[in-house]
Amino acid sequence: MIIFDNVTKKYSENLPAIENIAFGVESGEFVSIVGHSGAGKTTVIKLLLAEERPTEGFVFFDKIDVHNLRKNEINMLRRRLGIVFQDFRLLPYKTAFENVSFAMEVSERSDEDIELDVPYALELVGMADKAESFPNELSGGEKQRLAIARAIVTQPDVLIADEPTGNLDPVNTYEIMQILKKINSLGTTILLTTHNKGIVDSLGKRVITMERGRVVRDDKQGRYII
Amino acid sequence: MFFTNLRRIIQSGFIGFWRNSFVSLSSMLIMVVTIFVVGSLNFVSVLLAETLENVRARVDINVYLVQGADEEGIFAFQERLESLDTVEAVAYTSREQALIDFRASQPEFNEAFDILEENPLNASLNILATETSNYEEIQVFLESDAALDAEGENLVEYSNYNNNRLVIDRLTSIIESTRRAGVYTTAILIVLSILITFNTIRLAIYTSREEISVMRLVGASNTYIRGPFVVSGIIGGVFAGTIVLMAFYPLTLWLGPGAESLFGSINIFDHYVNNFFELALIFVGTGILLGAISSYLAVKRYLTY
Repeated sequence: MIIFDNVTKKYSENLPAIENIAFGVESGEFVSIVGHSGAGKTTVIKLLLAEERPTEGFVFFDKIDVHNLRKNEINMLRRRLGIVFQDFRLLPYKTAFENVSFAMEVSERSDEDIELDVPYALELVGMADKAESFPNELSGGEKQRLAIARAIVTQPDVLIADEPTGNLDPVNTYEIMQILKKINSLGTTILLTTHNKGIVDSLGKRVITMERGRVVRDDKQGRYII
Repeated sequence: MFFTNLRRIIQSGFIGFWRNSFVSLSSMLIMVVTIFVVGSLNFVSVLLAETLENVRARVDINVYLVQGADEEGIFAFQERLESLDTVEAVAYTSREQALIDFRASQPEFNEAFDILEENPLNASLNILATETSNYEEIQVFLESDAALDAEGENLVEYSNYNNNRLVIDRLTSIIESTRRAGVYTTAILIVLSILITFNTIRLAIYTSREEISVMRLVGASNTYIRGPFVVSGIIGGVFAGTIVLMAFYPLTLWLGPGAESLFGSINIFDHYVNNFFELALIFVGTGILLGAISSYLAVKRYLTY
């Protein structure tokens, strides 16, 4: 489903953010990309989202060269990728319901679908009772659960979680991971970047380890080893 | 889907305007200032135009015609003058009328006129030019063959253009300079106000750059991202234009009589009342354009892929 084909990204001439990255992700997989800060995890995500262009190599999503797409095709691609960030990035002047429905609106879904699916997504992440709250009225854990609801409501092929537990306490971290596992069990591919050893070790899923912009390990049932 | 998207964009714009009230208010206040400047310049330009028009209407030349010229020839000459683009109006005063007017205005000379057997006054044509700068051209016309009657006799005895030339030239120069200064000042003030508004709205939208980046990452199209900001800008513009329109009511009411006596032209309150809908269109239209274009350009900056 996702293929990184010898991808190199250089922001400056002598300092590649990632170098000759090559891996693939199958549909339905739960893949953790681990590494220290600056290892290149976020660059991998940005390349997949077509936020950045590779200096060398190709990134394919469903056999489509992501960086050969036109602007409106990039929008279509992004609608197939749900994304969750460490800093939540919710829309501050929209309620929880509106934050989630926004993702459906941009996907041009009908009002009926929105009325049906948004409560379901909020229910799935345990936020049904906070539907009318604004992001500034929510705790960190609630914000992240809301961000996940927004990411999954359009039923994306892949859910990208970029350090989703970085700002959360252990209890909320555990809850978020349970939600991600549940979403994966429903068939959605998960691409998780983290440097939280506890999370990775407890998952028992595939782990890609990055160091200084390179993939140094790729284990089917891996652990956090650096 | 087009209408559903349009409804969602408009709805989102209204909600954004209302919920992000502090930013909306600051953008709106700057637009109020800009539209107020535009409105003030409109009133000033009306006053200026009226004042200059009054001055221009008071500048004319009199052409005194030779004694014995027959009226048929004079009327033909008057028609030739009136057909000129440079001439706005020509008024004929016969010798008899000139005498009546003179007697009425200077009764102390009545006895002297009674002694005279013949009317010593000339018939005359009073010429008002479309522009004060046209009098020189009209004088050239008066000195040309066009001033000859059917028998080839010159109808013009003399005109007072040369006597008034200095005054006319100075007035022409003042009117031209005032008009030019008015246009430049208006243009500069409008450009400055627009730049200030653009930058304020740009700063307002700068605070939403994270929001815009999130919208992009969930796959929103540029129209869908930009639309609500443009709608918010338009709403701000409509409010700002309406506020300025309302503010000019008491202001022109208060300033009207003073401005009228100072400039000796129209009452600006009358101008406000008589042109209310035109002014409403200018103010609200300016607000809508300012809000929409500023927001459009400000968001564009954050829509790179």
